Amino acid sequence: MREKETTLYLGPQHPGITGNIMVKLKVAGDTVVKAETHVGYLHRAFEKLMEQRTWIQCFPIVCRICVPEPDPNEENLARAIEEIEVREVPERAKYIRVMVLELARLATYGLWMGGQSGSMGLYTMPQWTVGDRDYIIDLFEELTGGRIYHMYIWAGGVRRDLPEGFTDRVLKVLDYLESRLPDYDNLLFNNAMFRKRAEGVGIIPKDKALEWGVVGPPLRGCGIKHDVRIDEPYEIYDKLDFEIPTAEGCDVWSRALVRRQEYEQSISIIRQVIDKMPGGDYYNKIPNPLTWKVPPGEAYVKTESARGEFGYYAVSDGSDKPRRIHVRGPAYVHGVSLLEKILVGANVADVSFIMNSLGTCPPEIER
Amino acid sequence: MAFDIKGVLSPFAALKQGTKPPHTVRYPKEKKETAARYRGFHFNDLEECIGCGTCATICQNAAIDMIHVDGYETNSGDSGLRPRVDNGRCCWCALCVDVCPTGSLNLTKDYVYVSEDPNTFLWMPGVDNPEGKNNLSFQSAEGKPLLEYNRIPMRELEGSERVKSFAEVMLGYNEEEARKEAARCVGCSICTDICPVHMHIPEYINAIANGDDEAAVKIIYDNNPLGETCGKVCTRRCETVCAIGHRGEPIAIRWLKGYATDTAKNADIIEGIVNPEILPPNGHSVGIIGAGPSGLTAAYYLSLRGFNVTIYESKDHAGGMIMYGIPKYRLPLDSIDKQVEYMQKMGVKIEFNTKVGKDITFNELKQKHEAVMIGIGFEIPYQLGLVNEDAEGSIQAVNFLREINKGKHVEIGDKVVVIGGGNVAIDAARVSRRLGAEVTILYRRRVEDMPADWEEIEGAEDEGVTIHPQAIPLEIIIDENGKTKAIKYANAEMVPDPKGGRPRPKIIEGDEHVLEVTSVIGAIGQSADYSFIPENIKEQIKIERGRIVVNENQQTDLPWLFACGDIANRRADAISAIADGYRAVKGIEKLILNL
Repeated sequence: MREKETTLYLGPQHPGITGNIMVKLKVAGDTVVKAETHVGYLHRAFEKLMEQRTWIQCFPIVCRICVPEPDPNEENLARAIEEIEVREVPERAKYIRVMVLELARLATYGLWMGGQSGSMGLYTMPQWTVGDRDYIIDLFEELTGGRIYHMYIWAGGVRRDLPEGFTDRVLKVLDYLESRLPDYDNLLFNNAMFRKRAEGVGIIPKDKALEWGVVGPPLRGCGIKHDVRIDEPYEIYDKLDFEIPTAEGCDVWSRALVRRQEYEQSISIIRQVIDKMPGGDYYNKIPNPLTWKVPPGEAYVKTESARGEFGYYAVSDGSDKPRRIHVRGPAYVHGVSLLEKILVGANVADVSFIMNSLGTCPPEIER
Repeated sequence: MAFDIKGVLSPFAALKQGTKPPHTVRYPKEKKETAARYRGFHFNDLEECIGCGTCATICQNAAIDMIHVDGYETNSGDSGLRPRVDNGRCCWCALCVDVCPTGSLNLTKDYVYVSEDPNTFLWMPGVDNPEGKNNLSFQSAEGKPLLEYNRIPMRELEGSERVKSFAEVMLGYNEEEARKEAARCVGCSICTDICPVHMHIPEYINAIANGDDEAAVKIIYDNNPLGETCGKVCTRRCETVCAIGHRGEPIAIRWLKGYATDTAKNADIIEGIVNPEILPPNGHSVGIIGAGPSGLTAAYYLSLRGFNVTIYESKDHAGGMIMYGIPKYRLPLDSIDKQVEYMQKMGVKIEFNTKVGKDITFNELKQKHEAVMIGIGFEIPYQLGLVNEDAEGSIQAVNFLREINKGKHVEIGDKVVVIGGGNVAIDAARVSRRLGAEVTILYRRRVEDMPADWEEIEGAEDEGVTIHPQAIPLEIIIDENGKTKAIKYANAEMVPDPKGGRPRPKIIEGDEHVLEVTSVIGAIGQSADYSFIPENIKEQIKIERGRIVVNENQQTDLPWLFACGDIANRRADAISAIADGYRAVKGIEKLILNL
């Protein structure tokens, strides 16, 4: 007998949802037959707002596009402006930027571990990783003045120099985070239950992954080596020694393995950055921010965020405000179209689980 | 997948965490130490703040508005307003802190603010949280200033080059320099308040920054027809209050005005750019005595408003003190001619070589015109009060400068002493240097007390003028032919003023010296010559301490009689005279047209 189809609404407020998004599910028994994503619960019109703000005023806006990882937004806007303006960035600032971006990646993966585990009922993990992430947030507080929204990377460099002894404290936190990895492995990555839940679930067909515009760990989890940091290195990534981890399973498990390896890799990157950190200036001053005009031009820049390739397209008409800033975040692809596709045939209990494995960030969809 | 016994057991390792102490902060028993640059709540140092509103301008959330605070009044350099922050809108980006020109606005270390009353989220930093002063964290001083604090230097002739001729010392900004300098402005308008004319300073600076020099010229001419003069010699009180000047060098407002007006090379070009609306003749007639800055200003704006205006000028050139008192290396003759020619094109009539009281009587003037404005300036120098002051070789600075500006030769010899510390003294000294003399300035008080513009003082020193402060002249010594031979002076010490005023010089007994000189130039101030005004008129107006008393529209006690410039204000500078002229226009319109 064919089971009767039922409609379920997951979100917009739901513990298993990252941010505010609604997934309308048609289920037969506990199998998803059709998934429809509905957005619009978070729309703050960032892109449009920026057209009415001076260039400097856009920086406090863009960091709000992604709560867990605001820094790639700052980085992109800064680099886009720098590219249009042909503004030099001091070498030291580039190193500091990479350190900030990688710290942000660690913090984001910490949150992801918590979310991924939480969505299958393993609630100890979020307690740990969110607590450990706080050490990184403390570093951000010391470096930038803000715990969550940093407003630190901006056109011409970074806003403040490193406080005295800051890199020592970063190394200390890195040592601590590294020491926690065996615990994480024991509880999550070596956990038979997680593996059983994750393997073969949420499969993105490898031959479709590029076509569908999948990026970041989900793409690398399909065995495709793609990482902006290596393919088109920005800042000083070309001076650092690191590999792109991949996994072949195309499933939630593979994505988890990729992130787990990247976590270690980011720790190594930050150590290299601190080791090579040059002295000198940290900021090549912009003109008076109140009258600052960016020459006419356009730029598309991209950064490898924790969720994947994060692009900004900025257009200046030569005035003191951007003509257009388009934000191309990975969550738009992952959280809207990809999710709808790969949820079909999934178990209802796996919907949040799969969603977490994609790193969906609704505010980034509705920029 | 085979049964993974290791994978089943490994999560139990988490149990060992149960024996470890927690590593989170035990709030509120333990308080987390706030980072030194944490961006908490705003604190504003009310004394340092000048209410420029730059914080409100940069705020992308419109979370800051500027409102009045009791105890802070609008005065020179302070708008009397202070920022109020809506913490419901604020996003704590601290752009306001980094952009604050005075550094008064900073953030505190406070993490949270809790209240059930939503109205309390709108507060005035510094007023509502005075305790924040001891709790500062994120401060602008730590980072690089967002604003540009260094002025684009003005190129000028070398001191040794300058003394060789009367060529203009300041070479003026070129286009690139002007754009850069103008772009430093925050547009706060603090300068507008203190400018006697209330020129639209931020507007014309913004126009220059935007590359629209013609718009800048048009804006300048809106309330100052002598913008070019001011762009060269203004006493620029605007720059003394410039917001940027609190932590850096003020915007070069004067030089920027000079740059913009210099771009209009002749009277026709000025006319093409300014293209003012000229009202049809209204049949009313106004007479103005003296073609100085105040007279020219009043005449220009009255002409635009349809009045029939005639200026009576005793000399053969318009400009008054700016023509005859300011040396040509500061204000070239062709610059004045250009500005006056433009005004004449706009309908201003000037009767040159017409001295009121001699060529035309005051009463005739009164009968010819419905209103009369006096702007004759201070031309009669104060005597030094020294023995042998009338000797050959003892001259007065204003007369000396006038003769030189007329192109005449004045014999001063090779060793000159100038007595005084104002701009006229400095001008006389610098002109004497250009005539090849060695120059010493004797001034009663300290250098920092000199009323002259500091840039002029520096300029004089660059050119080799010796300034001898705290020196009081006692006597001019003459030779057997009655010619000035030397000056005797005494050194002075500064003693506190018993009345609480500025310290006064007191002669040190016995510390007298004699300086051999060929000329003594007195420059200790001037007064006006009111002899042309009939006694019966003088009786009906008030003259106090040499100045005619006027109301806010420059009107004397006789409604038809107006007075402007040095004879009506104590500032004794061109911009104040221009302001007087501008006010008189309003007074005359009110009187004649009942506006």
